[in-house]
Amino acid sequence: MNRVTLLLLLAVGAVAPASAQLLINGAGATFPAPIYTKWFDEYTKIDPSVRFNYQAIGSGGGQKQILAETVDFGASDGPMSDANLAKAPRPLWHIPTVAGAVVVSYNLAGDPTLRLDGTTLAAIYLGKITKWDDPAIEGQNPGVSLPDQDILVVHRSDGSGTTFIFTDYLAKVSPEWKEAVGKGVSVSWPTGLGGKGNAGVAGQIKQSPGAIGYVELAYAHQNKLPFADLRNAAGKYVTATIASVTAALATATIPDDFRFSMVNAPGDDSYPISGVTWILVYGEQKDPAKGQKLVQFLTWAYTDGERMAASLDYAPLPPAVQQRVLDRVNSIKY
Amino acid sequence: MPTAQSSAPVLPPAGSRAPDMTFKLAAFSAALVILGLIVLVGYELYHGAGVAIAKFGPRFLVSSDWDPVSDQYGALPFIFGTLVSSLLALLIAVPLGVATALFLTELAPFRIRQPIMVVVEMLAAVPSVIFGLWGIFVLIPWLRDHLFVWLKHTLGFLPLFQGPIYGVSMLAGGIIVAIMILPIVTSISREILRSVPGLQREAAYALGATRWEVIRIAVLSYARRGLFGAAVLGLGRALGETMAVTMVIGNRPEISASLFAPGYTLASVIANEFTEATSDLYLNALFELGLVLFAVTILINVLAQVMLRSMGSGGVTKVN
Repeated sequence: MNRVTLLLLLAVGAVAPASAQLLINGAGATFPAPIYTKWFDEYTKIDPSVRFNYQAIGSGGGQKQILAETVDFGASDGPMSDANLAKAPRPLWHIPTVAGAVVVSYNLAGDPTLRLDGTTLAAIYLGKITKWDDPAIEGQNPGVSLPDQDILVVHRSDGSGTTFIFTDYLAKVSPEWKEAVGKGVSVSWPTGLGGKGNAGVAGQIKQSPGAIGYVELAYAHQNKLPFADLRNAAGKYVTATIASVTAALATATIPDDFRFSMVNAPGDDSYPISGVTWILVYGEQKDPAKGQKLVQFLTWAYTDGERMAASLDYAPLPPAVQQRVLDRVNSIKY
Repeated sequence: MPTAQSSAPVLPPAGSRAPDMTFKLAAFSAALVILGLIVLVGYELYHGAGVAIAKFGPRFLVSSDWDPVSDQYGALPFIFGTLVSSLLALLIAVPLGVATALFLTELAPFRIRQPIMVVVEMLAAVPSVIFGLWGIFVLIPWLRDHLFVWLKHTLGFLPLFQGPIYGVSMLAGGIIVAIMILPIVTSISREILRSVPGLQREAAYALGATRWEVIRIAVLSYARRGLFGAAVLGLGRALGETMAVTMVIGNRPEISASLFAPGYTLASVIANEFTEATSDLYLNALFELGLVLFAVTILINVLAQVMLRSMGSGGVTKVN
């Protein structure tokens, strides 16, 4: 390297100390992108030697890119299928980061707080219950005057983790739903209109009297949408909050590979339609320097980072799960 | 301009054909690159769709089943939605665009021609997603509460205007696309009409034609091939339009006679589902939808060429 180049590099280094930084690439889910971005921002303040680049291209893309090893970590809102996991060149781990809830919003005069159970919700989405004053809905909502109005079902048109959690729940509480539709990021909806993204669904609900739809809790909060209390596995009607989602996480059965579904979790305080989102990393890191930084970052994320979750409307992991995840992170080899 | 002519032009030595050849070669390879790109896109789509093509065969084109959960895929409702929404867009945009172009070239006072054209062309600069949002929040409520109600009331005996009104619908998709292709249809039509020689008009006037007759006989019939070309270019844009359509069409893979019913287009379903698709067959099916869209576009263009050729080729039709 000649002297001029060296001087130039030094000059650049003086402006932005980027030259010595290690770049860690990630790609995947859009749902946790706001909190990941926040984590990366905060973490680079603590450890300026590392920089993150996260592409929120969707869970499908995240899975594909980590399988192809074009990124250092992937991110997904749904667990990978066995078939896809088998394509991994080395053991690929799921590590849950935060949880989110899906709420059922609607457009009814006076914005009453409705109570719904899973069977009713499934019947509405199957097109079996078509009027708001159906006995199944009225029975659960004494004191609310429901109109003789058609229910307009709205769902996501784009493939999404939100749809995965919602249909996972319906499949769990309704055998008929499981049989006829099943669960997935996109499904063949028996009825209703598709809106693109949370905004598309919310827009459709706001515009159409009598509409019902599902959106992320964070989105419903930020846009002040009314949403229903849902009946959980213990028979209690629970409002979706950060606390009721963390409660569901605490009672959910979590297997060793962390690929689990937490919908309809037991416990009096558990909100039933919620799910975690995962980071996908290889148990053995190829690049020791990157591997070390990644483990350090994840350790920080599960301790200090988790505390930032609630402010962004994500539910942090309960302490017991947090410890299990930390143990897993620390067993990553590099 | 003419003053610059005083200095003698520098010409290559007589007989040297090198510049000619170089230019020819450069232009030829540019054309070749475009051809190569098309072939490459087609091949990549075909390659990416391999598993789905092998599994479903021609059934893919006629099946209405689209179920990612049980891995069953068929393209028919999407093909239907793409064709219907694009045709609706053409039905709305071509008369509007040609009328605007006629007004701008034949009727409008000179002072306002340019300002109006600028406004029309500004439509082309509005991003698709903005049209979509405007569609959701402004157009759809108006359609649902006014236009659709009126259509159902007056033309409800036609199957086209029956069934429940949601607002989001095939017709709403067609209207949004119509607005989006209006600038291209208008500006090309205007160029076509401007290229109609003044002699044509003068001759018609000399025969005692009224203004309307001049436009009909001398201008429109002279320019009809060019105007048809403008419509084909608009159609090309309409077929591929994605974002705004997705936001207003309702995204239900269903074939319905009613224009009030929601629909779904090829481009929309690819945009909606590609990012989260994980299973191989699912991805292959989405690729195959891309291939179908590609084929539909090519087919329509070929068809347009054939129609152009059959549209009578007198001496007066060499417009473009």
